[in-house]
Amino acid sequence: MNPVRLTGRAALSLTRGIGAVALFAGRGLFRLRPFYGRAFAGQLVQIGWLSLPVVGLTALFTGAALALQIHSGGARFQASDVVPAIVAIGMARELGPVLGGLMVAARVASSIAAEIGTMKVTEQIDALVTLSTDPMRWLVTPRLWAAVVTVPVLVGVGDIIGILGGWMVGTQSLGFNSAAYLENTKAYLETWDVMSGLLKGAVFGLIVAVCGCWFGIHSGRGAAGVGRATKSAVVAAAVGILAANFVLTGLFFE
Amino acid sequence: MIQIAGLRKSFGGKPVLAGVDLGVERGESLCVIGQSGTGKSVLLKCILGLTAPDAGRILWRGRPLDAASRPDFMSGFGMLFQGAALFDSLTVWQNVAFRLRQRMPDPQARAIAVEKLARVGLGPDTADLMPAELSGGMAKRAGLARAIADDPQVIFFDEPTTGLDPIRARRINGLIRGIVTETGATAITITHDMDSVRAIGDRVALLQDGQIAWDGPVSRMDHAQPLAGFLGNTPLL
Ligand SMILES: Nc1ncnc2c1ncn2[C@@H]1O[C@H](COP(=O)(O)OP(=O)(O)O)[C@@H](O)[C@H]1O
Ligand SMILES: [Mg+2]
Repeated sequence: MNPVRLTGRAALSLTRGIGAVALFAGRGLFRLRPFYGRAFAGQLVQIGWLSLPVVGLTALFTGAALALQIHSGGARFQASDVVPAIVAIGMARELGPVLGGLMVAARVASSIAAEIGTMKVTEQIDALVTLSTDPMRWLVTPRLWAAVVTVPVLVGVGDIIGILGGWMVGTQSLGFNSAAYLENTKAYLETWDVMSGLLKGAVFGLIVAVCGCWFGIHSGRGAAGVGRATKSAVVAAAVGILAANFVLTGLFFE
Repeated sequence: MIQIAGLRKSFGGKPVLAGVDLGVERGESLCVIGQSGTGKSVLLKCILGLTAPDAGRILWRGRPLDAASRPDFMSGFGMLFQGAALFDSLTVWQNVAFRLRQRMPDPQARAIAVEKLARVGLGPDTADLMPAELSGGMAKRAGLARAIADDPQVIFFDEPTTGLDPIRARRINGLIRGIVTETGATAITITHDMDSVRAIGDRVALLQDGQIAWDGPVSRMDHAQPLAGFLGNTPLL
């Protein structure tokens, strides 16, 4: 087959795939009646609360490493004082949402895909239909909304912890005065730096939950099918987050 | 009660159902038999609306079973899945009372669930277990309790005895027969177990090469040539 036709076909099927996923996400988000509150509350805990430790640790080490890097890199042009401002801006705008999102992708996209995929192959999804319950509303909607609501909160908490990580390194080993460090952070960090990161978090949360649900619901047969679905969900969510981050950064800051 | 006419379904050009005609009367117990891979589950999924047929009609009480009439059909419908298909995240009683909880308070739904569990031979102590804590036979019983929890008029059983030892299989067959008789529900059982057919069925239909190759009362099946392979008169392999 010739390369032009091959490329064309790949582009077509990619477009069709993205369209189908977008339609799926739309249906998942806006089919709100009936809304299964208990399932939603359970997912708030699963997706949000239980992701706190991993997101917090990631932010802590990232903020700390960032402070070290900026201090040594900044020294080349006598700009080591910018550590507090750059740590805060870097965490809030970029590293908080991206690394937080990737950690949530690893933890949540996989578990959603495995759970829903297992339900698919053991006919639990069919069973829902025979019990007059729409799997979209019962399984997908609560997960999508829980992720959209909780991932920005996780990002916000991660921002604070990351800035604290930078502050710890700054005051303990880089010789910053504690009050001056925090003062500097406050002076340079703008509301939009934080808000843009939280907005990214909401989008990344949606990407994670959509990938988990989509690959779970379209899981192939048997344990192997669920394994493939889980892997695909994590890979797609991670790549989706990085691609969306590029687009959003361009939209927000250019 | 349910009339199927000219039902066709292919997967990737390979015909699985090639014009199935089949009907079941109110209160009748129909068994559909066929070798594995002949499309029994596909037939079932077409009726449930989980798979869209390529052609053909499915009538329920004389009306086409479509998007408009399906919710009504489903509200009087119960199904026992091959692997029980209990929801892992809910306890046994929450599984059994799944439909009931959508319209009544929990204590009331739970009381009915416990009653239905007792009907299938499971004690009240199983109500608070998780499905993962049940043995295969117990899960099947719990699945049966869920299927009958809301007093359905139509019940489907997909391979109810597959994976059970002969003694448990006989008990499940007995339970199904009892439930079908005492509720007067219309039953469709998919199976390749002739003991099930004898225990549960009034009528039996053989699905072969995508069509109904034989259809008649259970009392006459011993003399039906197309069923010979299933009855063990000729070797299957
Ligand atoms: N979703 C599907 N996609 C492709 N092929 C399918 C699908 N569902 C069933 N089939 C095929 O249809 C045939 C009948 O399957 P099934 O109805 O499950 O058989 P059984 O009679 O054992 O229940 C099999 O060959 C199966 O591979
Ligand atoms: Mg089958």
